[in-house]
Amino acid sequence: MFAFCTDPASLPQWQWFACYLTTATHFAFYRSFLMVMLLLAITAPVALAMGLVGALAVRSRIWPVSWLGKGYVNIVRGVPDIVFFMFVPIALGQGIEWVFHHIQCPDWDQPIRQGNDFIVCREAKVPPVGAPAWVRNVYAFAMAVVAFSLVFGAFAANTLHGAMQAVPRAQIETAEAYGMTRGQAFRRIIMPQMWVYALPGLSNIWQILIKATPLLFLLGLQDAVYWARELGGQKTSLYTYPHPDWRVWYFLVLLCFYLLLTWGSERVFGRINARLSRGQATAAGERMRRAAG
Amino acid sequence: MRKTPITLAAAIALMASGAMAQDVVRIGTEGAYPPWNFINDNNEIVGFEIDLGNEICERAGLTCEWVINDWDTIIPNLVAGNYDVIMAGMSITEARSELISFTANYLPPDPSAYMALAGTDESVIDSGVIAVQSNTVQAGLVADGTATGLEFPTPDETISAVRNGEADAVLADKNFLAAYVEDSGGELVFIGDDFYPGSGTGAGIRQSDNELRETFTAIIMEMREDGSINELIEQWFGEGITKF
Repeated sequence: MFAFCTDPASLPQWQWFACYLTTATHFAFYRSFLMVMLLLAITAPVALAMGLVGALAVRSRIWPVSWLGKGYVNIVRGVPDIVFFMFVPIALGQGIEWVFHHIQCPDWDQPIRQGNDFIVCREAKVPPVGAPAWVRNVYAFAMAVVAFSLVFGAFAANTLHGAMQAVPRAQIETAEAYGMTRGQAFRRIIMPQMWVYALPGLSNIWQILIKATPLLFLLGLQDAVYWARELGGQKTSLYTYPHPDWRVWYFLVLLCFYLLLTWGSERVFGRINARLSRGQATAAGERMRRAAG
Repeated sequence: MRKTPITLAAAIALMASGAMAQDVVRIGTEGAYPPWNFINDNNEIVGFEIDLGNEICERAGLTCEWVINDWDTIIPNLVAGNYDVIMAGMSITEARSELISFTANYLPPDPSAYMALAGTDESVIDSGVIAVQSNTVQAGLVADGTATGLEFPTPDETISAVRNGEADAVLADKNFLAAYVEDSGGELVFIGDDFYPGSGTGAGIRQSDNELRETFTAIIMEMREDGSINELIEQWFGEGITKF
């Protein structure tokens, strides 16, 4: 990075650190924070959408749909996250390859499962054989988004379903009295009002999602925790910048990062809550009315 | 690499796509086990196995890509087809041979050794707490012995366990521990005698991938005979280590 970094062993301390903290591995460490935030930015809306679909399915009056929704919500919520994270990429990855294999290589005569091995023809490999590294990273990242969205969508579905039930019955009755259909009442009355009831639950899920991001490493992505462990560990003189075990400092950085992220989002949720409570028949809405009046 | 029943039409299609021009082989490694394989400060994967793997691929006319994978899931991910070869300082053992197949060994049996803080009594080998990396030959040895085993997912954590007193000693490949002993300036020392538990280090390949295994074995044998493996061993592990 800097011109004086050619012989780190002979540098004064501050220059040594300037060089050390700007190595390529450290830049990978810094980038991994961005990756975590990108994952959150993509996963949160996708999981919310999954949650909405799930909640609607649970509410549905068509019983197969409702069963499907209940099955999804209860099964996913009942399985430990970590099991799901190991299961989704393997099952989904092999499932995709299995389908491609049958489409692209219909005359393949060997079994796909040979003892322990899972073998598909090379045209069916996903990502394709010889794909550049970035394609593989995007693929792994997409897997992560799917896995996270499946898990957190189930929690969001449960929260949203509860919130839909929490909208006062009197309001729906009024809507019915005006001659609105079930769908109209849902769109005009329940949807706009349910968020204030859903928000505490959603903010919980968001915080848990933030804290679950270190599971990324299970999916083969090098996240901030991976790099903290890798960089913090003792480095012998085989490395350019030998140092003793510094993991405690690296983990301290992680701790600050995650605290900042959760503290920041807590504030944002506070604002959204204030916005949504306005004019609502809730304790918070009532307080706002009194304060204004 | 894989045996495909190539019909004429398929062969033409393949030539047209050009994908077969040079076969791509993906090699999985841990990237945390110097000097076998590790990530240097330039964020490049380097080490004895990286040089060796690249040389094997060059001689075989293959294009090789390196993939970093956790040690604990390195065999399942090979079997699932995420990569085609494991070169990660993996000793050839019977238990592993049930899951995957191995090429001829590219390192002679490595000495294993106990490392502890200076002044530690040798009796801890039989009755103390011994740190090991999980799913290694050494972990198996400690589990079968009389000492209490303490397993960690990465090799680095086993060293920390000894430094902070969580474990009395660490049992690992001597060539891995050597750099720590040397750098510690007398704080860490080897205790007890070295021994040779494994039958050498080889590349792990799926059991169904006979062709690739034969290619690798043939080139490893060639490199053992022409002395080029010994040169690499000396370059990465220094003088005075067992060679072919």
